[in-house]
Amino acid sequence: MLQFLLQRFALALVSVWAVCTLTFFIAASAPGDPALIAAGEKASPAAVAMARHDLGLDKPVLTRYGLYLVGVTHGDLGRSFLRDREPVTHFLRRGLPNTFLLAFAAIVLALLVGLMTGLAAALRPNSLVDRSLMTSVLIGVTLPNFVLAPVLILIFVQSLGWLPPPAQDNLWAITPDHLVLPTVVLAARPAALIARMTRASLLETLRQDYIRTARAKGLSPLTVLLKHALKNAFLPVLTTAGVSFGYLLSGSFVVERVFTIPGVGEQSISSPGERDYSVIQGTTLLLAVIFVGINLVTDLLYATLDPRVKAAEGTA
Amino acid sequence: MSLAPPSLLGKGVGGLGSSVAAPSALSRLLRNPLAAASLCVLTLIVLMAVVYPLISPYSYTHQTADISAPASARHWLGTDDSGYDLLTRLAMGARVSLSVGVGVEILVLAVGIPIGLIAGYYGRWTDTLLMRLTDMMFAFPDILLAILIMAIYGQSLGNLFVALAITGWPGLARLVRGQTLSLRGREFVEAARALGIPSGQIIRRHVLPNLLSPIVVAATIDLAGVIIAEATLSFLGIGVQDTLPSWGKMISVAQTSHYGRSNPSLVIYPALCLSLTVLCLNFLGDALRDALDPRSEKNT
Repeated sequence: MLQFLLQRFALALVSVWAVCTLTFFIAASAPGDPALIAAGEKASPAAVAMARHDLGLDKPVLTRYGLYLVGVTHGDLGRSFLRDREPVTHFLRRGLPNTFLLAFAAIVLALLVGLMTGLAAALRPNSLVDRSLMTSVLIGVTLPNFVLAPVLILIFVQSLGWLPPPAQDNLWAITPDHLVLPTVVLAARPAALIARMTRASLLETLRQDYIRTARAKGLSPLTVLLKHALKNAFLPVLTTAGVSFGYLLSGSFVVERVFTIPGVGEQSISSPGERDYSVIQGTTLLLAVIFVGINLVTDLLYATLDPRVKAAEGTA
Repeated sequence: MSLAPPSLLGKGVGGLGSSVAAPSALSRLLRNPLAAASLCVLTLIVLMAVVYPLISPYSYTHQTADISAPASARHWLGTDDSGYDLLTRLAMGARVSLSVGVGVEILVLAVGIPIGLIAGYYGRWTDTLLMRLTDMMFAFPDILLAILIMAIYGQSLGNLFVALAITGWPGLARLVRGQTLSLRGREFVEAARALGIPSGQIIRRHVLPNLLSPIVVAATIDLAGVIIAEATLSFLGIGVQDTLPSWGKMISVAQTSHYGRSNPSLVIYPALCLSLTVLCLNFLGDALRDALDPRSEKNT
């Protein structure tokens, strides 16, 4: 088990390094002169040279790459080229609580709704309930969040007036009813994916011999489903939830835009045309690292919950 | 591939290999009402994209004097608050979305198929290299990598193609690799190898034709994903350049202006076009899977 743990951890570290490298070189190869952007369009050559030196852009690319990697290990992601050359980590520290609160609320909602929908559908496969649930699931999977959001706003904010319009404020500072729509919009796709996986996995499990044994013992169908089947069907669902969390992170860009939430996404790309390279780079890095971390946790949970994985990986 | 299922041969369509499989798969596809309906809707949308900008009295860059006009004989769907004819913009948006989708998908196929084939067939270091490379790409959730590239390189059609293709190819390469890997162990491939047929020819004549069905299915469903990705980036203001309309951008523009006075149709029409396209592509992909895989016939 220790070997498996170390192996997975090393793989995650390599992924993080790869993400650092890729984001760095994409940003470094950007068209246009970042120093010129930082100094301003009308700056004198001396001011541009000064900005270049101040931001360390006068050093060779590989030196900058090395310094960046060293910086990352110390939690230093460079400074914004615009916006007072503030450290990138300040932006992230301001935005992350909002993004995280939203993603967390969404994944909880998605798990609740997804598991229940999948269960209800799997109880009577191919029944009317199953078919209508799976049709709504398909719509949930395919409809993009920036289509769902305006439609829900039209209905619940503008026509019915049940929910308040977006508040343009820190999520932790405003009333919970502002959170309802963004959470629902963000949770829709993961919920649908989880429902689909729950149904498929449950139906697969229900065909197993030990389920027949449990039924033959005279246990009630609900007990069999909840106590025997769900436990084993849950593993693929867990993986789906882990992967969905990645979707939540990139989906937050859209939801933050629609509901004017100052999260990490909105802070990095809210002003088109003004390309604040280092903030975008830092944001991507942070989100990708979170994603890698979640995948690692999912893998480890999977191995802890499923002894077969442990055995197979241990011998490999 | 003379592996036509017995059910086809029994129908007396003649038993000569792949030339038979295609038409019967098509007829099976069209017998599925959902697939037939999806095909109709998609045809209508393609027609709108190709034909309407040619016959429309307005150019998509022309701001008419009618601002926020309701639907009328002159403007079939009305105009938006900049005076653009909504139907013309929708049709141009369809052109942009569909051509980006198809173009990116072709790039993805052109890169993903050869890499997947080589990695799956030859294995060893090519395989390891590919898997590490795709692992690296999969570390970025969803379209985050495309967001990064577009935000840094700026909006343009060219950048969009590259960003979406880079994000899209690893998935397809993995699919092709997996399928190739399992085909490589099959008897007919081993027989070909035993006969001394060169690898390139085995891949082209024996492996690739058997991969076409899963690739067609994956490409159809991927196409929906690419169209959503383009719309997402355009919605965020980092997609196609400002001069071009796009469904995603239309939703975004209508959305930002409609908190004050609202004309819901400006959001609803592009949203409807986008949702219908994406839903129909998904239905079609699922139906294609059933039509192309004879084994699934037993289930229905």
